[in-house]
Amino acid sequence: MITEKEQLVSFVLHLADDSLVLGHRNSEWTGHGPILEQDIAISNIALDLIGQARNFYQYAAALKADGATEDTLAYLRDAMDYKNALIAELNKGDWAVTTLRQFFFSTSKFYLYQQLQNNSDTTLAAIAEKSLKEVTYHLRWSAEWVIRLGDGTDESNARVKTALEYLWPYTGELITPASYEQAQPGIDFAALKKNWTNHVLQVLEQALLTPPVNDWMQSGGKQGIHTEHLGYLLAEMQYLQRSYPGCEW
Amino acid sequence: MKLIFLHKYHYGDIPGENTGNATTSRPASTEWPLWEVFIRSKQGLDHKHVGSLHASDAAMAIENARDVYTRRQEGISIWVVESKHIHAADPAEAQSLYDPANDKIYRHPTFYDLPDELTHI
Repeated sequence: MITEKEQLVSFVLHLADDSLVLGHRNSEWTGHGPILEQDIAISNIALDLIGQARNFYQYAAALKADGATEDTLAYLRDAMDYKNALIAELNKGDWAVTTLRQFFFSTSKFYLYQQLQNNSDTTLAAIAEKSLKEVTYHLRWSAEWVIRLGDGTDESNARVKTALEYLWPYTGELITPASYEQAQPGIDFAALKKNWTNHVLQVLEQALLTPPVNDWMQSGGKQGIHTEHLGYLLAEMQYLQRSYPGCEW
Repeated sequence: MKLIFLHKYHYGDIPGENTGNATTSRPASTEWPLWEVFIRSKQGLDHKHVGSLHASDAAMAIENARDVYTRRQEGISIWVVESKHIHAADPAEAQSLYDPANDKIYRHPTFYDLPDELTHI
């Protein structure tokens, strides 16, 4: 029997892992952005996400109350313990993959945090309220990039089309709740799905893009079944703590 | 005697060693235009020039300005203007433009007694 508290811990860890993993992926652009200004923009977003992840990890550690800290949760869990959606762990790809992924991801977080900020769990509500301001900007920034690329040059259009074909099968997981999500009170996942779909279709239309007709969807990340990409990401991210336990700087 | 008229230069286009935009080797069509950024640090103060950046259009320029120049809470309002719309005086004419004001101290309002309550003068 899974207790209510275990469900809540899973839910909070899922939110934390989502933000940490995508934050880490985005941080791979630092120093490699297509132009200085966008290098800073994507790095800012990466930092926002890692900041959100820290809040969620701290809350999860407090809930677990078994000696876990934000650091042990981030650096000492294996891939199968990670509950992030698959779309967050995919390689950063080109700028089209990165911005389109951010757009899909931020749209789902935007509508989720909007609901969560009124949640009866006051800690979750507070984190959601703080994160929502950041996510609102991520959503605006990424949607504008999707539109620019789609309605841009032949090359940008072709690239974002390829990115759309690649990413689309991973979007289903963003709007399909896992059991530990459904167990949380006060979240209307049907509304989340509806809002997500409406906004995404509206932006894609502006970007002269149509989603693929094949709507078969990948899943598993939220249950700890990941793509091969997450292992490499964790190997890099956790290397220091694994090799030099307790290392600080 | 040759009269020197004011020449208009685009910002960054000042000739000679002061040339600011030496990055015109790539074709103009692939180069994003340069924008000047003005930030108001708090309500009631003026927008101040803080720097420049590249962006494809005004919307992106404002977002880039937000990311580049307001990361540490520097501002509450952003203006951007494309650099080509700013015209600058020629530094070579500085003598004739600014030096004549040197010995005209009567233009400074220093001969008034100000009440103590007045600040920011």
